[in-house]
Amino acid sequence: MEATEEIQRRLRDLCISQKLAVVSTQSDGQPYASLVAFVASGDLHHIFFVTPRSTRKFANLTSDSRVAVLINSSANEESDFHDAISITVTGMAAEIMDPDRQDVLKQYLSKHPYLEDFARSPSCAVIRVAAKSYYMVQNFQKVMELHINP
Amino acid sequence: MSWIISADKIRQTDGNRVGGKGLALVSLAKGGFAVPKTLCVTSEAYQEYVSRTGLRERILLELNRKAFNDMRWEEIWDCATRIRNMFLRKPIPKEIAAELKKAIRTTFKDEAVVVRSSAPEEDAAESSFAGLHESYVNVQGTDAILGHISKVWASLWSDAALLYRQEIGLDVKKSAMAVVIQEIVVGDKSGVAFSQSPNNNAQGIIESVYGLNQGLVDGAVEPDRWILDRKNKAIVSHTPAQRKHWIIAGQSGVQLSALPKKFKNLPPLNSKEVRHVFQLALEAEKYFKSPQDLEWTFCKTDLYVLQSRPITTLSSQKGDDSRSWYLSLHRSFENLKLLRQKIENELIPGMIAEAEKMASVSLTDLSDRQLAAAIDERWKINQKWTNIYWEEFIPFAHGVRLFGQIYNDAMHPEDPYEFVDLLTRTEMASLERNQMLADLASQVRNNPSLAKALNDGQHERINPEFSEAVDRFVEKFGDLTCAITGGTRCEQNSEPLYKILLEMAAHCLSKTGRQPSKDKDALQEKFLSSFEGEKKETAVEVLDLARSSYQLRDDDNIYLGRIEAQMLAAVREARRRIDNYRAGRKQKKNDDVLFQVVENFEHRPQFQSPYKQKPGDDFVIQARQLVGQPAGPGLAKGPARVIRQTADLAEFKYGEILICDAVDPNMTFVVPLAAGVVERRGGMLIHGAIIAREYGLPCVTGIPDATTLIQNGDEVSVDGYLGIVTIGSTDL
Repeated sequence: MEATEEIQRRLRDLCISQKLAVVSTQSDGQPYASLVAFVASGDLHHIFFVTPRSTRKFANLTSDSRVAVLINSSANEESDFHDAISITVTGMAAEIMDPDRQDVLKQYLSKHPYLEDFARSPSCAVIRVAAKSYYMVQNFQKVMELHINP
Repeated sequence: MSWIISADKIRQTDGNRVGGKGLALVSLAKGGFAVPKTLCVTSEAYQEYVSRTGLRERILLELNRKAFNDMRWEEIWDCATRIRNMFLRKPIPKEIAAELKKAIRTTFKDEAVVVRSSAPEEDAAESSFAGLHESYVNVQGTDAILGHISKVWASLWSDAALLYRQEIGLDVKKSAMAVVIQEIVVGDKSGVAFSQSPNNNAQGIIESVYGLNQGLVDGAVEPDRWILDRKNKAIVSHTPAQRKHWIIAGQSGVQLSALPKKFKNLPPLNSKEVRHVFQLALEAEKYFKSPQDLEWTFCKTDLYVLQSRPITTLSSQKGDDSRSWYLSLHRSFENLKLLRQKIENELIPGMIAEAEKMASVSLTDLSDRQLAAAIDERWKINQKWTNIYWEEFIPFAHGVRLFGQIYNDAMHPEDPYEFVDLLTRTEMASLERNQMLADLASQVRNNPSLAKALNDGQHERINPEFSEAVDRFVEKFGDLTCAITGGTRCEQNSEPLYKILLEMAAHCLSKTGRQPSKDKDALQEKFLSSFEGEKKETAVEVLDLARSSYQLRDDDNIYLGRIEAQMLAAVREARRRIDNYRAGRKQKKNDDVLFQVVENFEHRPQFQSPYKQKPGDDFVIQARQLVGQPAGPGLAKGPARVIRQTADLAEFKYGEILICDAVDPNMTFVVPLAAGVVERRGGMLIHGAIIAREYGLPCVTGIPDATTLIQNGDEVSVDGYLGIVTIGSTDL
């Protein structure tokens, strides 16, 4: 069995190498998936992304903070089936305010410097997903779970 | 990989690294020509800078906000302004800066230099970027030189360069910029030389001015011109200039000064020197194996080549591009000052007088024939002023742009449109009009019986003071009902105007728009304190020019509107008579003359229709989020009021989002009622954006489908920070 450290390392590597993630929210039981640019905290406890406040995903997560986030390394190649790693993170989303917002923005922009105008716009919300569980899929169908103690 | 290399290390295969200009200079030096000491900042340094700072993708995001072809020139200018500001605000990373500084210090010590653009594309594209990218003369100190390298890099993305690159089909993703740093040679006389004339291949051309040749290159100083015979090198003709100015090196940079008297009647070159320069051009042609366009300077008796490039007009005769037009998009300070004098002293008073003269004519007293002649004449007058508007007033808008660039260069602000804060709160005519409307609305608000009379349509119960105030308003600003009811078909009653007044009265609106920024004076002080001496005086002058330019952007439309209103008043009188004749109240035959002239005014604009699903189509398109240009900061939400024709304005309700083609200056009176503004026409400095900024309203411009894809009553969010408009509720 893989050590927790090894799984954490893989999760961390994937979170660093990937720029985009899919965030799932819901409204009245209707799931809704959105592509976002994200950054993960070094301890894997949090995933951050930025969204304009006028979006569906923002409205959805405001009324129900439970979200799922998919991060994966597929490259739209046949080899993805054996090679790609995919993780699903479940957790609770919330908008964060200053001064935390500024700290997170710094971290976010060091990964995505080209999103400066977007991320710093007063009309955008910085969202923190407090991760509860990670579900890591590799070797096509091998699934390992990592749960974070509350 | 080197970020900066000295001339002796550059090889013939380094074109992509040092650009056409850099390579030509190095070749010339190797060929024994006298060339100033040179360093090249390679295109790799540029690539490294944009990669490390994230600017590469930021620029592409900016350029891909919407299809390039959908962008008006004003939007491209805005885009270039935002990109330039990114370069100004992102310092060169320490490691790169350290290497550049070291080489600059070693080569030039503390000497002043020239920082020139040298785009690799220029060579590859059989095209000339001459004048499209920037160069700076007389820059001293390593920090200042690095600052100017950033500006040269940014000029890769100037509006003119973007348009040109688009026209000749170059891939913006591959664009890069090398920079040539040269020891400054302060020449006594300078100029350009064409080894072969673009118009006559048996001849060559020399142009020369006193001092530095920046004035010649940008057209500020008129040069003496010689035509030479290529075979026997004899002077064919000399056209002397009206020698008035020269460009000399200032404390930093260059300045345009009056030419000393002793030079005024003396050509800058004697015939021996003319032949010397021509000989140099011919040698360069022989060396490069193609006719050359040379920039040169005489320092005492030494003749230096500053740069040499193939004459592109010879090779590109196959396609005449619009580069000269792109270059004309920018006007010099001197040119704008002259334009301002003309506009303020001649054109605006002329427009006012013309409108007043027409207003003094009692139309009802004219015979039908006289009325027809008056309509004809007024149409011509209107046409004349419309032409003047395009030829003189529109170019004057460049005053705002010139100031914007100077402000951003000095201040490196976070918001590239911060400079507009120093221009707002000027006495714009449309704000004065809106103030009068607000006063009328407040009379309605404070007088319930008046409000009831207006509401019930019982106009006979309207008190005379109010009617007189409405008349005064109409007299000053033209008949608002014309604008509301669609321009040419003015209604006889003021019902639409009353509707708007009732709506304004029902809500306590900010009377004069947004409060002036408390920091405005501090901002101005901070801006001006970044200059010293003569440069400070120029900054004050440019600010003053920009204020005049900004105000005129609004006022010119109002004045033009008054002239148009007089033309329409005559048409309205003619229609009234025709209607009367037709109703048979007066039998008259000579209505033909009126009928014909009025026919010409039945030009109905084509209104946009809302998007409709094709019958039988399985898929329904619905716009959720549209992207335009962020033109007024803020976030607003409200029901949409789509103005497809001017008559729609009468229905405008407080708190609605104004969705329109463009906020015509004659319709700004609804702006105080609006929660936000969305326009099809793009730009940060267009009228609607200016008015929205004055009222502190979120505004997005440049959404071509706004009036088709958004329907009346749609819930709309206007994000004036990001330039996006979100339509509909969040329901799935």
